[in-house]
Amino acid sequence: MIDTLFPNGPWHYLAGGLLIGSAIGALYLLAGLVGGLSTFFSASLSWVSRLPALQQPKLLESRDWRLAYATGLVLGGVLFAVSLGQFGASTRVPPLVLLAGGVLIGFGARLSDGCTAGHGICGLASLRWPSLVAVITFLSTAIITAQLVAHSGLLP
Amino acid sequence: MSRLLIALVCGAVFGFGLSLATMTQPEVVLAFLRFTDFGLLLVLGGAVIVALIAYQIGPRLLPRPIAGRFFEKRQTPFSRRMVIGAAIFGAGWGLCGVCPGPAIAGLGLGNLDLLWALGGIFIGAWLQARFFGSSDAQTR
Repeated sequence: MIDTLFPNGPWHYLAGGLLIGSAIGALYLLAGLVGGLSTFFSASLSWVSRLPALQQPKLLESRDWRLAYATGLVLGGVLFAVSLGQFGASTRVPPLVLLAGGVLIGFGARLSDGCTAGHGICGLASLRWPSLVAVITFLSTAIITAQLVAHSGLLP
Repeated sequence: MSRLLIALVCGAVFGFGLSLATMTQPEVVLAFLRFTDFGLLLVLGGAVIVALIAYQIGPRLLPRPIAGRFFEKRQTPFSRRMVIGAAIFGAGWGLCGVCPGPAIAGLGLGNLDLLWALGGIFIGAWLQARFFGSSDAQTR
């Protein structure tokens, strides 16, 4: 049963999830900050774009810590790679698919005001029912899209 | 401790967790969405349980954050645009198996392919702001 559901074992998933929850929980308890990630992109664009939608106070006020947070994420990846002694991962998903998916992700996350971390972890941890609706919605369209792509043979 | 340092350290723990959980590999996310490996549910479940405790107990026990002024609240109201946005986000996530956090953390693992996804996310966010930015529901 466990082998069927988790062919690579369950423990690294659970440990990783607990670490992620601890990071988001600590950011909240220490600094009072809600650690979603999609706003990082809009907040960073506020440095280079004069668009009114990208110059909102909430982006300007939070862009410094969001940049530090994203830098930390990269650092966490580096620490993991170093501790494992492996550096230089890659993916079989083709560049254009990554780019197209990225555009949809960036557009949708801004429209929805949240991503897998913002709605999926912070929103659910805040017991916000709109976030639950968002999570169910993006999980549904993601599963449908991934299944369609898999059956179309577009991706390995 | 400044909030920048806190954000940096918490970000590093987040990135380490994402890497340990192999969420930085689009193939693992796609395996979940194709129902061949349900590990993502353990990642999400584990993260939500710990964050839930902090979010629910913190403001009840502490007058203010340990090194901050006040506890932020997520207040995205329910709206049609929020649901449509989530649907579009999910389509992109299902297409390429990447979401914002893993795309950033994966760079640290040396996976430079993810720059394509990161570039796409910036472009998508800019397009939304440029052509649909007048309606304002950005609360975080």
